[in-house]
Amino acid sequence: MISLFDLALSNLLSPVVLFFALGVAAALAKSELAIPDAVAKTLALYLMMSIGFKGGVEVSKSGLDQHLLLAILGGVALSALLPVIGFSALRATSKLSVANAAAVAAHYGSISIVTFVAATQALQIVGLPYEGYLIAVAAAMETPAIMVALYLANRGGKTSERKDGLWREVALNSSVVMLLGSFAIGCISGEAGLKPVAPFLVDLFRGVLCLFLLDMGLIAGRGLRQGFRTLSVPVIAFAIYMPLISAGCAALLSLALGMSSGGTALFITLAASASYIAVPAAMRIALPEAQPSIYLTLSLAITFPFNLTIGIPLYLWLAEAIQ
Amino acid sequence: MTLVTYPKKRIEIIVEAPALSRVLKALDGTGVLGYTVVPALAGRGLGGQWTRDDSFNNASHMVSVVCIVDESLAEKAVSAVYAVVSAQIGILSVSDVSVMRKEHF
Repeated sequence: MISLFDLALSNLLSPVVLFFALGVAAALAKSELAIPDAVAKTLALYLMMSIGFKGGVEVSKSGLDQHLLLAILGGVALSALLPVIGFSALRATSKLSVANAAAVAAHYGSISIVTFVAATQALQIVGLPYEGYLIAVAAAMETPAIMVALYLANRGGKTSERKDGLWREVALNSSVVMLLGSFAIGCISGEAGLKPVAPFLVDLFRGVLCLFLLDMGLIAGRGLRQGFRTLSVPVIAFAIYMPLISAGCAALLSLALGMSSGGTALFITLAASASYIAVPAAMRIALPEAQPSIYLTLSLAITFPFNLTIGIPLYLWLAEAIQ
Repeated sequence: MTLVTYPKKRIEIIVEAPALSRVLKALDGTGVLGYTVVPALAGRGLGGQWTRDDSFNNASHMVSVVCIVDESLAEKAVSAVYAVVSAQIGILSVSDVSVMRKEHF
């Protein structure tokens, strides 16, 4: 088993994390470095296409079995449970309103696909394989947290929840469609289908991930510069301890799911990550009174960097320790 | 040549991108003949400064919708839009303008 220190060191010195750090440093130094919005969106779509396709190809080799269904059920249950824990913790420790606490909790119950992608790279560095079907688990974990958080916010009937067309938008958001679509194409076309597109979908992957994480670093750095003025200490602390609570819950649940060490590490990473694509858009419609400056700063500027630098090696180590 | 113009109302809605489809649906439902949507690049409001580069997802992007309507439709269109945007971040304004081709509005 690799030591936690070695894992952390190899992760911190990887180009992916170093480019992220460059982005954070550039933003904090108020550099004009910026990735155009349309380019960043294209990079995000490429990453989902690549990871979805590769996951589908892996499943085409091993076939679909009961482990996939079990993992999806486990992921959905976890995604529904975590907002309840997060909401209770925030209401007990901070002065956030019901709407703000519910919106933040939704982000921490849902997942970040970029954190997942970064974790697959960490697994590749240490040579650990993982189950391809975790792509489908990731897609299944996007939505339940939103439903639970909206329920929590509306128990008192004091918020202005609007659901018209919301579920269609959440279920068909670009990341879910691209992930599941590419996953299905990978399943159908298999290894033979991957070969001709590998120069694009496999060979370019790490370089594109570095460029995307440079942009994420710039966004996180700007969030750090602006967000800390408005956030209290208990709320900032939540962005660090909640991923650890989520990781603990996922580790316990993974014991019943029969996954490999690599798969367990990814499952834990999914639970510990916080959304910043699907959930913010849903919250702007369903809970407009919740402040985006709170939930986006926590998710993007604190939890994402924490997971990328410390969390992922920790979750990898935890997965190996419990297997 | 004498310049002939006709009075109309210009409704401008600056709103969060996730609410855009609902705003357009509301406008469509009032019978307005057209509108234009443009992305907002940067700005400053009660929540501080923001730029489009702050995030790659639509959730924190802003868009501007410009709709010029006949005065008889203005109140109906503004009420329909306000029902959508009243809880969102943004600005809804109405101003008097003059147009040259009255049949377009």
